Amino acid sequence: MIDIAIVDYGMGNLRSVQKAFEHVAPTASIAVTSDPNLVSKAKRIVVPGQGAMRNCIHELETRGLRETVIEAATHKPYLGICLGLQMLFEESEEGNVKGLNILPGKVVHFPISQMKTADGQKLKVPHMGWNQVHQVNQHPLWQGIDEDSRFYFVHSYYVETADSLSIAAQSQYPFPFTCAVAKDNIFAVQFHPEKSQIAGLTLLSNFAKWMPHS
Amino acid sequence: MSLAKRIIPCLDVTNGRVVKGINFVELRDAGDPVEISRRYDEQGADELTFLDITASSDNRDLILHIIEEVAAQVFIPLTVGGGVRQVEDVRRLLNAGADKVSINTSAILNPQLVADASDHYGSQCIVVAIDAKQVNSSDGSPRWEVFTHGGRKATGIDAIEWAIKMQSLGAGEILLTSMDRDGTRNGFDIALTHAIADAIDIPVIASGGVGNLDHLVNGILQGHADAVLAASIFHYGEFTIHQAKQYMAQHGIEVRL
Repeated sequence: MIDIAIVDYGMGNLRSVQKAFEHVAPTASIAVTSDPNLVSKAKRIVVPGQGAMRNCIHELETRGLRETVIEAATHKPYLGICLGLQMLFEESEEGNVKGLNILPGKVVHFPISQMKTADGQKLKVPHMGWNQVHQVNQHPLWQGIDEDSRFYFVHSYYVETADSLSIAAQSQYPFPFTCAVAKDNIFAVQFHPEKSQIAGLTLLSNFAKWMPHS
Repeated sequence: MSLAKRIIPCLDVTNGRVVKGINFVELRDAGDPVEISRRYDEQGADELTFLDITASSDNRDLILHIIEEVAAQVFIPLTVGGGVRQVEDVRRLLNAGADKVSINTSAILNPQLVADASDHYGSQCIVVAIDAKQVNSSDGSPRWEVFTHGGRKATGIDAIEWAIKMQSLGAGEILLTSMDRDGTRNGFDIALTHAIADAIDIPVIASGGVGNLDHLVNGILQGHADAVLAASIFHYGEFTIHQAKQYMAQHGIEVRL
C-alpha cells in the first residue's frame, strides 16, 4: 500500500514535491500517480499544483480524480500545496471557476491598486519569494518550525476563507492574507514547502507522520 | 516585515561544468554544478539559476541530469535557461526538477512561445530573460535595445517595450542583464534596471556587472530590483551569500537570514 500518494493531474512541479518527500521520509512508499484507485487506497495524499485554476479543475475531472480527491479530503491526511489549497474553496476569480467546495470561501487576485508598501513603493505580482509565515494556531504540522519562519511563495491569487477558525497561518503582502488553513484531516498551504529549505522540509516531515484522528 | 529581496547565484553551465565568461566570451572553469549548488544552498541562497550555454545540442541533455541531481539535494527554487525553443522543452525541464524556465532568444523569434508556455504551466514558472545594451537615441536620452544569441545579435527592439510586452503575454518574471556591464564588475546598469522595474508589475531580477556588495545594495535600493543575480563574486569565494545578505540587511534591505 502506498504511504503518500502525490496526485498527478498534469500540473506543476510534482517531481520537486516527490524528491522532497523522498528526502524526509526515506522509508515511506511514495508514488506520483493519476490512478484514482491508487489515490483512494493511499494512507495520505498530497495535492500540489501550479498553473491556472481552470486547467487544474478540468484536468482533475478528465482524469476521474475529482471525486477521489474530495473523498480523500473527508477522512485521510490531506496536504494541499498552492493550487491544492485554492481548489478546496467554493470558487476562484481566476477564470471564474468553481472549486471543490470543501471549505467555505473564495480565491481572489491581489488587488493591483493596493499593491504598495507603507512608503509608497510598488509591490510586484506574482508575490514571489521568501515571506514570513505567522502561525495563527498551534498545529502538529508546525512542530519544530519557528514562528515567522520564511517560506517560498509564488502566486497571484490567495484564499479568503469564510471560516476564520480554519486559518492556520497568515502572511503580509502588503495586508495580512491567509497562507495556510487547517481543518480536521486537511492542512493546506499557499507557499511551497518543497522549495522552502529546512522549514519546508520540516513541515513535510511532520505531514508524513501526522495522525489527525489520534 | 514582509517579502525578502532575493540573492540568486547564477551558474553558467557548459559540458557539465560551471564556467564564467567576461562580456559573454573568454570562459573560465568554476567547478562542479552539483557541488556549487549545495554550497550556495548552505550559505542561504534564495534561488539558483542555471544557464545552459552549451552550443551543441548533443550536450544539451547534460543539463537535465544536472538539474535532476541538484533537485534531489537542494530544496530551493531552481531556474533553468538556455536553448528553450518549444513548450516541450519547458515540460522536460520542469519534469527534471526545474521550478522556473527562462526563455531568451526564442521569445524574440516566437513570442507566442511565452504565451503558450505560461498558459500551460502558469506564468509563475515562465521567466523571460532580456539581454539589453545601451544605444544612441536621436534625442540623447538613454535607450536600451534587446540583443539575442548570447549578446551577438541586435534586434532593434526597445528593452522597456519588450518587457511590457512579455508581461502582457504571461511572463511571471524578468531576468534583466546589462550587456554593457556583464563581467565588468562595475555594478549593475542602474538606469536600465530602474526603468524596467518601474515600468512593469512583475518582479525583475537585476543581472550583469556585480563586483562588490555595494553593487547588490544599489541594485535593490536604486535600481528597484526585486532580486539580484551574481556569479563571479560568489564562484571564486570572494564573498559568501551569507556575507552578502548581512551587508544588505545592514543597509536596511529585508533579506532571509
